[in-house]
Amino acid sequence: MKLRNLALATCLAAVGITAFAQAKEQFFPGLPYRTGPYAPNGVPWANGYSDYLKLVNARGGINGVKIIYEECETGYDTARGVECYERLKGKNGGATVFQPLSTGITFALTEKAPGDKIPLITAGYGRSESQDGTVFKWNFPLAGTYWLAADALIQNIGKKEGGLDKLKGKKIALVYHDSPYGKEPIPLLQERAAMHGFNLQLLPVTAPGVEQKATWLQVRQAKPDYVLLWGWGVMNSTALKEAQATGYPRDKMYGVWWSGAEPDVKDVGEGAKGYNAVTMQHGAEPNSKVVKDILKEVHAKNQGTGPKEEVGQVLYMRGAMSAMLAVEGVKRAQERFGKGKWMSGEQARWGYENLALDQKKLDALGFAGVMRPISTSCADHMGANWARVHTWDGKQWAFSSDWLQADEQILKPLVKSTAAKYAADKKLTPRTPADCQS
Amino acid sequence: MFYRENGQFKTSYAADQQIFPIAQDRIAIGLILAFSVVAVPMLASDYLFRAILIPFLIFSLAAVGVNILVGYCGQISLGSGAFMAVGAYGAYNFFVRVPNMPLIPALILGGVCSTFFGILFGLPSLRVKGLYLAVATLAAQFFSDWMFLRIKWFTNDSPSGSVSVSNLQVFGFEIESPVSKYLLCLGILMVIGLLAKNLVRSAIGREWMAIRDMDVAASVIGIRPMYAKLSAFAVSSFIIGVAGALWGFVYLGAWEPAAFSVDQSFKMLFMVIIGGMGSIMGSFFGAAFIVVLPIALNQLLPVLGSAIGLEISTAGISHAELMVFGALIVWFLIVEPHGLAKLWSIGKQKLRLWPFPH
Repeated sequence: MKLRNLALATCLAAVGITAFAQAKEQFFPGLPYRTGPYAPNGVPWANGYSDYLKLVNARGGINGVKIIYEECETGYDTARGVECYERLKGKNGGATVFQPLSTGITFALTEKAPGDKIPLITAGYGRSESQDGTVFKWNFPLAGTYWLAADALIQNIGKKEGGLDKLKGKKIALVYHDSPYGKEPIPLLQERAAMHGFNLQLLPVTAPGVEQKATWLQVRQAKPDYVLLWGWGVMNSTALKEAQATGYPRDKMYGVWWSGAEPDVKDVGEGAKGYNAVTMQHGAEPNSKVVKDILKEVHAKNQGTGPKEEVGQVLYMRGAMSAMLAVEGVKRAQERFGKGKWMSGEQARWGYENLALDQKKLDALGFAGVMRPISTSCADHMGANWARVHTWDGKQWAFSSDWLQADEQILKPLVKSTAAKYAADKKLTPRTPADCQS
Repeated sequence: MFYRENGQFKTSYAADQQIFPIAQDRIAIGLILAFSVVAVPMLASDYLFRAILIPFLIFSLAAVGVNILVGYCGQISLGSGAFMAVGAYGAYNFFVRVPNMPLIPALILGGVCSTFFGILFGLPSLRVKGLYLAVATLAAQFFSDWMFLRIKWFTNDSPSGSVSVSNLQVFGFEIESPVSKYLLCLGILMVIGLLAKNLVRSAIGREWMAIRDMDVAASVIGIRPMYAKLSAFAVSSFIIGVAGALWGFVYLGAWEPAAFSVDQSFKMLFMVIIGGMGSIMGSFFGAAFIVVLPIALNQLLPVLGSAIGLEISTAGISHAELMVFGALIVWFLIVEPHGLAKLWSIGKQKLRLWPFPH
């Protein structure tokens, strides 16, 4: 009898503790891919994401609310990603925010998130039109989309030529991964091509992109003035090697940010010298304060997630920045719904929609020089339209351009019209100003 | 003791030819159906529906389709992913382009699109056999990948080539909650499963099996190979097409051609091989093995690891899952090359003698 009472008591205590824990801990699920063909790019991102969350926890959490982080491996497979989402969304009192890290999973989750009331952050990727928060209430392509990236690249090329009007009659080829991801920039590039009178050549590469001989033969024949590379994983290094083999100058090649990190160029090394890529604000930032903090407060205590040498690399920073945005949104929501309290997905969504990260806050977080201020609103879920271009010098990435701002005159109508088409297809009514206030 | 047909006398041909001639089987299947229609919706959690049961039902349906072609007619096909894709995109186009198109007819029309596609890519089967045919049907896979990536009309001119559906309704009921989605898939699976079972027991099913076992002998006794093979392609791709449409509409909601890649084709072929070729029951076992087991392993391994005080990383779990899964496939195929369905029938045989085996 005594034993039974004791067992009961422990059970009750355990239930009590978990109930308490649920009320106090914010759950951040992760959907990384640490295996499969895209793992070289997925691993640093996931390491950065988890390290930053550990840093926040080491400093006492979000105003005292600790973070629980749990990963579920997707392998970049959409069906598996959906399974992971279903598995994690209700755990530990409910997920705060999902970052799908794959265009396919983003598309699938965009249909599910509104029903579950969980926001999605797709920092730099996903659907470009989801910038329009009046239609995409739960999507947040914070600080960049593929359209922004494409726009910044064209502007940078224009600068190099001495003005956008000089692009007239030039030939620009887009070598892209033949998937929704690779096709994202096409509408914007076509818009720009019509505006400036350059000739856009589309050269799709079948996934995963290890076979590109035919594509580069076309490049050799057409001799485009610039090549834009919308590659992914192994496709990037293959493209650079093919460019080397065909003798296409690497300094005339511009990649998207998925094509502009260390794993993409490392194997090519000197052969990729001069190759450029757009970055969604940050590049490799080994000297930033946040990196030093992570090294000191997480890695020095042997709690780091990945190898120490990779801390501060491009995709690592991408992960850390994505985690920072996720945390800051919750912090912002706490300002309204109660400091030091647990935030539901719905409350966190308000935080992401009303993000106000000014320079002062960024400096305090250790992101000075890494990125520019971000402020989101109901109409604009992106929050900042700046980008930079960096260049590989054979050993590391270094910035080669000033800050470039996307042209709202082009971006805005495109976002509006595409989002409106989505709303019409889905029979959605865009949110009213009153709904935006809530 | 309990599973014995002694004393069950058949007094009519109809009674002798029914699907389950043994009364105990009929009771068991009735209980299973009642359980899945009534009890499961009350008991299962959201996660179980969305992540396990719905994919299991959809892939069971697809595996039944593949089994008709591969298991019953003996035509090895690696184009199943393409048939799924054609079904999904076909249904999508009917659903989006025809005003007020109801869901079920859209799904059926998607299956019909897939039927024609299947017959077209089944034509090589009249000339080539075995592994050569497998390679020829692979062409269907590449063709569908190309078609849905490049021809914008099929994706309703969406800029990224990804499509999505919503506002699904059947007879005025919203197909939004996991339970309704589950019941929709279950209903379609029950109807098509029953049709498929009856089809393989009928004259045409026997023709398929004759072609499978020896096509020269079959044509000598008067079976037309062209008719038998193409009808197997047609029926099989119709079922796979409906499964593909369900996969897109019900499970994913939004999809791109990569959702129906060659990986899916291989997966479905493995389902049939592991489940049991030439057995409708085997399709269900195979689907459960391929769909549910990896997820179960993925969730079980960390628990097992922490039980013995081991913290496994995400990548480690994923690698271990693949290794254990692969080892299980090899083990099952060595223990019973005829698939899980054969194990099932051996089990039933043993049960008839239980508890006094001679």
